[in-house]
Amino acid sequence: MRYIGKKLLTLLATLLAVSFLSYAAFEMIGDPVATILGTNATPEAAAQLRADMGLDRPLPLRYGEWLWHFMGGDMGTSYIYRLPVREMIGEKLAVTLIMTLMAVILTVAVSVPAGAWLARREGRPVDKVFTVLNQILMAVPPFFVAVLLTVVFGLLLRVFTPGRFVPYTESWPLFLFYMIFPALSVALPRIAMTTKMLRASALEELGRDYILTAYSRGHSRRSALKAHALKNAMLPVVTFLAANAAEMLAGGIVIEQLFSVPGIGRLLLSSIGTRDIPVVEAIVLILAVWVMLIHLIGDILGQILDPRVRL
Amino acid sequence: MAKQPVKNKNPFAGNWFLTAGAAITVFMILFTLLGQIWTPYDPSLPDENAMSLAPSPAHWFGTDSFGRDILSRVMNGAGTTLLIAFLVVLIGGIAGVIIGSLTGYFGGVVDEVLMRICDLITAFPSILLALIILRIMEPGVKNVVWVLAILFVPSFARVVRTEFARCRTQNYVKLARLQGAGPFRIMLRHILPNVWPVLLPAVSIGFNNAVLAEASMSFLGVGVSASEVSLGRMLYDSQNTILRGAPWYALTVGLVIVLMILGFSLLGEGLRQRNR
Amino acid sequence: MKKPLVSLLLSALLLALCLAGCQKTGDPRREEGVIAVGIGQDLNSSLSPYQLTTAGTREVMFNVYEGLYKPAFDGSLVPALAETVAVSDDGLVYTFTLRGGVTFHNGKKLSAADVVWSYETCRDTTTDANVKSILTGTVESVRAADDRTVVITLKQRDGDFLAYAASVYIVPSGYDKLDTEPVGTGPFRYVSRKVQEEIVFARYDSYWGSKARLKQVTFKVYESGTALVMALDAGTIDMAAHLTGAQIKGLSDRYTVLEGTMNLVQGLYLNNRVAPLNDVRVRRALAYAIDTDQMMKLTADGRGTKVGSAMYPAFGKYFDDSLTDLYKTDAARARQLLAEAGYPDGFDLTIIAPSNYTPHVDTAQVLAEQLKAVGVRATVREVEWNTWVSDIYAGRQFEATVCGFDASTMTAGAMLNRYVSDSSKNMCGFSSPEYDALMAQAASLNDDARRTELYREAERVLAEECASVFLQDMADFVAVRTGLTGYRFYPLYVMDLSTVGWEN
Repeated sequence: MRYIGKKLLTLLATLLAVSFLSYAAFEMIGDPVATILGTNATPEAAAQLRADMGLDRPLPLRYGEWLWHFMGGDMGTSYIYRLPVREMIGEKLAVTLIMTLMAVILTVAVSVPAGAWLARREGRPVDKVFTVLNQILMAVPPFFVAVLLTVVFGLLLRVFTPGRFVPYTESWPLFLFYMIFPALSVALPRIAMTTKMLRASALEELGRDYILTAYSRGHSRRSALKAHALKNAMLPVVTFLAANAAEMLAGGIVIEQLFSVPGIGRLLLSSIGTRDIPVVEAIVLILAVWVMLIHLIGDILGQILDPRVRL
Repeated sequence: MAKQPVKNKNPFAGNWFLTAGAAITVFMILFTLLGQIWTPYDPSLPDENAMSLAPSPAHWFGTDSFGRDILSRVMNGAGTTLLIAFLVVLIGGIAGVIIGSLTGYFGGVVDEVLMRICDLITAFPSILLALIILRIMEPGVKNVVWVLAILFVPSFARVVRTEFARCRTQNYVKLARLQGAGPFRIMLRHILPNVWPVLLPAVSIGFNNAVLAEASMSFLGVGVSASEVSLGRMLYDSQNTILRGAPWYALTVGLVIVLMILGFSLLGEGLRQRNR
Repeated sequence: MKKPLVSLLLSALLLALCLAGCQKTGDPRREEGVIAVGIGQDLNSSLSPYQLTTAGTREVMFNVYEGLYKPAFDGSLVPALAETVAVSDDGLVYTFTLRGGVTFHNGKKLSAADVVWSYETCRDTTTDANVKSILTGTVESVRAADDRTVVITLKQRDGDFLAYAASVYIVPSGYDKLDTEPVGTGPFRYVSRKVQEEIVFARYDSYWGSKARLKQVTFKVYESGTALVMALDAGTIDMAAHLTGAQIKGLSDRYTVLEGTMNLVQGLYLNNRVAPLNDVRVRRALAYAIDTDQMMKLTADGRGTKVGSAMYPAFGKYFDDSLTDLYKTDAARARQLLAEAGYPDGFDLTIIAPSNYTPHVDTAQVLAEQLKAVGVRATVREVEWNTWVSDIYAGRQFEATVCGFDASTMTAGAMLNRYVSDSSKNMCGFSSPEYDALMAQAASLNDDARRTELYREAERVLAEECASVFLQDMADFVAVRTGLTGYRFYPLYVMDLSTVGWEN
């Protein structure tokens, strides 16, 4: 418990640092006035608008005000869209989160059985073939997977309609169906990595003394793996998966664009471009919280799986 | 009779990774170097009479919508990608080795502070961080290199630090210290050579990640600029023709990227297995 | 242990596959009389009629808002919310009689008070510098004479005033949610929006004019070119405008491609303040080195219309097509001019292009290659739109940039004022006393024929002094689903959907 409390405290401090740093960074690169005025931007018009929007006040004041409102649950209003930030990002965050979750589930669901299966067949031709295949899959960038999936499943097989997206408010099954392809694009290289990792770690466990004892008690390779080795082999994989879940969250941002998924990534990138600070701050902070939570969950799971490490 | 499990020491597999990785990497580097001194066509000269041609004996990879020979552009553009990867690994690697060796050897407060900074950088997915920073800066090779290099430092620093911390307590280091060798002499002469086997795979994986990162950045339009042809940039340019017009553009460029990454990742894997 | 999870996932996949397979294959949108339109850019601004900065937002909101007058297909101005206007002999007093029976989308009846309130709100909050200067500088007063009569008094005569009146949209007085829930009088009313996803309009059934043919229009946002093309291929959308030559190539035969023009002047805009571009010989050398025909061939299959000055053809009488071939491509002449100017070996030139406008980046790339052929070592640097506006456009930190300038109103001034020496919009820093004099004289005249003559004269000065290299009005391709009719091009950047509908 104390461990988790300490972790949470560090988390909070980091978030505060992240929020101030990003706020200050935007101060250096300019404000949204140029975007709002476009080619009507004359120095006088810009100064006028800056005053209207309260952007001419000192940075600490604006940051403090923003932070105060944010902690009170008010994410503010977008400079560009003039819409409440909460309203703008709510559904998009959910979409990104679900996509990442699907990618994680896909990774676990495929790579855990596959890794164990391959470990049992170590050295056989099928193992070698899959090792090579794995290595190739690891080298394929997710966006290229996305292009290939679109061409094959979207245009040739017509399994899904490219460019279409069904919001979950409309139909959950269709929504999940359309999310499978982006999730798969993000997950595929990770599936390869995790499979490889799990296979190696299972093999290592299978060589340990306690497994040899299990063999001597008449366990087959398969049941030894199931009964003892897999749980221990999962330990490094869980930490690895936690790091990967964070990477998948980020990787999703690249993929969203190709599948027209209205996730948080596009809004983040475009808001940085237009210097829409309230939107950027909200998204960056929420993403940071997620990433940290993912690592925290990884830590906790690691402890559950491995009783030796108790902090 | 149950087959006795053996420790994962299949020397053949190790050799296979190393051989294939080295072969692909050397081929890609030669291909790229050739592209810097000679290409079948001028890689940047548009030709209104050869727009969007399918692959043919005259144009092995076809031409793009400006009538530029894709093979020539790939040969030339791979150079930009490799150069970025090289500089990123070089700068990130050197900084990582310096930070990692100092913190690993001396430990203490410096170690604590530098490693916390590294933690802070790695707490956020690096691709996302690079995207955000590059979105703010303007596109260009120089910016891509600096941003990626800084983000790559922790991965090298960690590896080196662990090795230095381990070696510090080993007998040969203690011996050298007893013989009156200064800390920097020990670090440079005694420990560093022992770190190579661990550093090499990290370098190879670094190349792998740098190529991937450049391609992702440029594909999203926040990487290199229009005049600087790179593989990622070409993929970005080919977006509109992926589905028709000139699908070979995206496919050939994508395959070259895959090949390049595959080479580095196999090489890294092979090197790591050799260490076992 | 993992088996149930896998099977669960598999069955979910199968279920979803089945559901996807069972989708209706007919043409439900056609049956319902609605369409989905793909747009390449989100309406990323306030939706207030006075803050529609991006052209993409303006062209969409054109369906919702109306002014006292509005532009017609041929560029002429026709009465909209005003039925008639009477102009006093000295040209200073405009008396508008409002159309009867006009209601806003929220049901409120249009009255003169709304017009007065709209003009005041526009004056105070507009981000359009031209409109602002007219409303603060030229307009003396706007008042309601009675419920259906609005009298606008000017301080000085302005022959283009009606054009500006067309761009001041009328909204219900006191309405304070314009930013997010716009209300106007147009043929379509705003229904909802999802940022970066879609914006929905529905037919306004109490519209005063001929009602829209479609029941509902959904604008779907596709910010990447690939996604837009995929959506067209898949039939997710029925219509998309502003497509490039590459995008329409090989489009399925379910679409008809209409060709119009973008209504802007794309140019290689040169900073006349910096060396060596402050030398007219150097600027002319660049113009001679550039082969616009080849550029158009490479970037748009040869479509588009060449222009020779800062005016595009849709302006009709103001457009002078004799200027388009003033600088016939001539590499030798370009080299000779460079040598005369003291640059026999050329010079380094950085061409800046806004990275979010692919056509401009493409053009810049081709131009750079053409310039290399005469020894000018040109490189292309992309900058983000926000940076372009603040550093290049407003900050003037550039040598050359490729971009396009359009007109917010159908006035010659909208295109030409930016080259007057002391104009705050003079990005290029062009300075010619002759030009300034011609422009000042034209603005003060009321005789249309004479004014047109002077504007054309001014355009010639721009071309001869080579203020910049004026390239083309780009081709604008609109893909329309077969069976969908009635789309018409405007001489302005406008997408009028009120005449579009499904054929029976």
